Amino acid sequence: MNSTTSRAPLPATARRRRRPLTARRMVAWALLALAIAVSVLPFLWVLRTALSTNGALASQSASLLPADFTFGAFKRVLGLQSPAEAVAEGGSGAAINFWLYLRNSIIFSSITTAGAVFFSAMAAYAFARLRWKGRNAVFSLFLGTMLVPPIFTALPNFLLIKNLDLLNTMLGMVLPYVFMTPFAIFFLRQFFLNMSREVEEAAMLDGAKHLRIFFQIVLPNAAAPLATLALLTFIGQWNEYFWPLLVGSQDDVRVLQVGLGVFKSQSPQGAPDWSGLMAATLISALPVLALFAAFGKRIVNSIGFSGIK
Amino acid sequence: MTTLTKNPPAAAHKAPQRFNRGRGMAKLGDLRIAMLFILPAMIGFIAFYVVPTVRGVYLSFTEYNILGDPEWVGLDNYAAIAKDSLFWNSLAVTGQYVLMNIALQTALALGLALLMHKVAKSTLVRGTLLLPYLMSNVIAALLWFWMLDYQIGVVNQFIEWSGLSRVAFFGSEEWAIPTQALINTWRHMGYTALLIFAGLQAIPHHLYEVANLDGASPFQTFRKITLPLLRPVMVLVLVVTVIGSFQVFDTVAVTTQGGPVNATRVIQYYIYQRAFTESDFGYGSAIAVILFLILALVAFIQMKFLRGNESDLD
Repeated sequence: MNSTTSRAPLPATARRRRRPLTARRMVAWALLALAIAVSVLPFLWVLRTALSTNGALASQSASLLPADFTFGAFKRVLGLQSPAEAVAEGGSGAAINFWLYLRNSIIFSSITTAGAVFFSAMAAYAFARLRWKGRNAVFSLFLGTMLVPPIFTALPNFLLIKNLDLLNTMLGMVLPYVFMTPFAIFFLRQFFLNMSREVEEAAMLDGAKHLRIFFQIVLPNAAAPLATLALLTFIGQWNEYFWPLLVGSQDDVRVLQVGLGVFKSQSPQGAPDWSGLMAATLISALPVLALFAAFGKRIVNSIGFSGIK
Repeated sequence: MTTLTKNPPAAAHKAPQRFNRGRGMAKLGDLRIAMLFILPAMIGFIAFYVVPTVRGVYLSFTEYNILGDPEWVGLDNYAAIAKDSLFWNSLAVTGQYVLMNIALQTALALGLALLMHKVAKSTLVRGTLLLPYLMSNVIAALLWFWMLDYQIGVVNQFIEWSGLSRVAFFGSEEWAIPTQALINTWRHMGYTALLIFAGLQAIPHHLYEVANLDGASPFQTFRKITLPLLRPVMVLVLVVTVIGSFQVFDTVAVTTQGGPVNATRVIQYYIYQRAFTESDFGYGSAIAVILFLILALVAFIQMKFLRGNESDLD
């Protein structure tokens, strides 16, 4: 999952090793192990369910291994099973295509992340590095929007998108996110404020203009925080449910989270298609799990990073 | 995804003075180029934050069913809300939910943060505990909807094996809200613990060494050093988590949809129903205004009475 070695300073490690394993430390570890189990085991249970058939799930509801092992559930939610097969395995037989939702989720999250990070970086540069009248007041206004609950703006935003005739279009779904997020501006401004000015000033003496400085000096130097921000934004957008539910209810723009909710509400043959539902859940979680496997350390270290000091 | 933030006051004012070009340009500053840099963000800010905020307040004074034009009705919506038993129910249900969710989540997160601080600072442990938070609300809801199923959910199997009777976690009025609180506690526990852990890391180590030399017991150290120095962080964590908790929607929408009866019709779900199911945008906006005011009040009270912006670290 995360193979990078701890970069803790050596003395600390040495000190930790010397500490004896007292009863108190054993209890502490046991409690932590319990918390880790509670955090992780449900995912294994989802995997186990997704690889089972619905019929066997009911009869072997507590066996640890997949009940009657099959990939049928994955095939079903990816639209690779014929309706007859799907019904035989406890599915609804209705057309569900998580490939499509997966594609929509990727488009939605990628566009909003790219736009929000880039435009927020531009704004953050203006807030951190340029001198202009009213700068701090405007920044405070931007920051203040973090306090407005999303439901409050969601209603008028829905009406706006409807009036623009953009309901059930990808454009309508990405518009509110693609220009900026207040958090992204705040996050990057903090970083730009602390960047050294010397290179920038030298470039300016050479006659470089702000656009060139921004693209050739500031952005490359901020690669690390930009990557962290993109990661956090992408995961947040991937998990977004409320707005896509309002604006993207039709199949061709429906994202995974909304698709999951719809899939759950179809109750075929009286009982839910549990294995299909868990397979779909796993597919929806997979991209985030992959990002986590690749960049776990970056994500973890960003939590609490921006300023509880 | 939010990261808890507190503006370091020093940084905000340092920037302008250091960079002084002192030429004729100085009067105008970089206004023109700044406008260019800020333009895209400004479009989004005005179109999707400022205007909707104003429009939301305006809509709350109108009757608007999406066809036709909003019709000004003054305070009618608010008067109707005051007599709306479903609204008061949603307020009570949300209150119960927030209390259970925050109490449990904060206690567990504080405990976990202290454990990590004592025995395990590794990224792997922290990452594993963060995993549920990286999953969407929908996934968390469905995962537990399955595990807590009355008929064949694994949790109810265990409950039966231990000789107790099965629990209708989502199906009974008394369990529905505690179940929602548990699901969201599961999802946010590790994240909150990480925020508190970051606060613990900021407490100067030498204080513990002094306390140790003075022969303070672990409990005394916790009460006299850790808790008071952690207070500002805890207040910020509480403000952020309480505000988030009040806006619970996704897990309810995916599992119980307000039911059984009205047991899980939380405020945001009620707004959603009034506005989008019943096309009553004026009424929905009015409840949204009330929710906004409640959140502002809650944040203000917490900052004021828990003195969140004063540090004891002097």
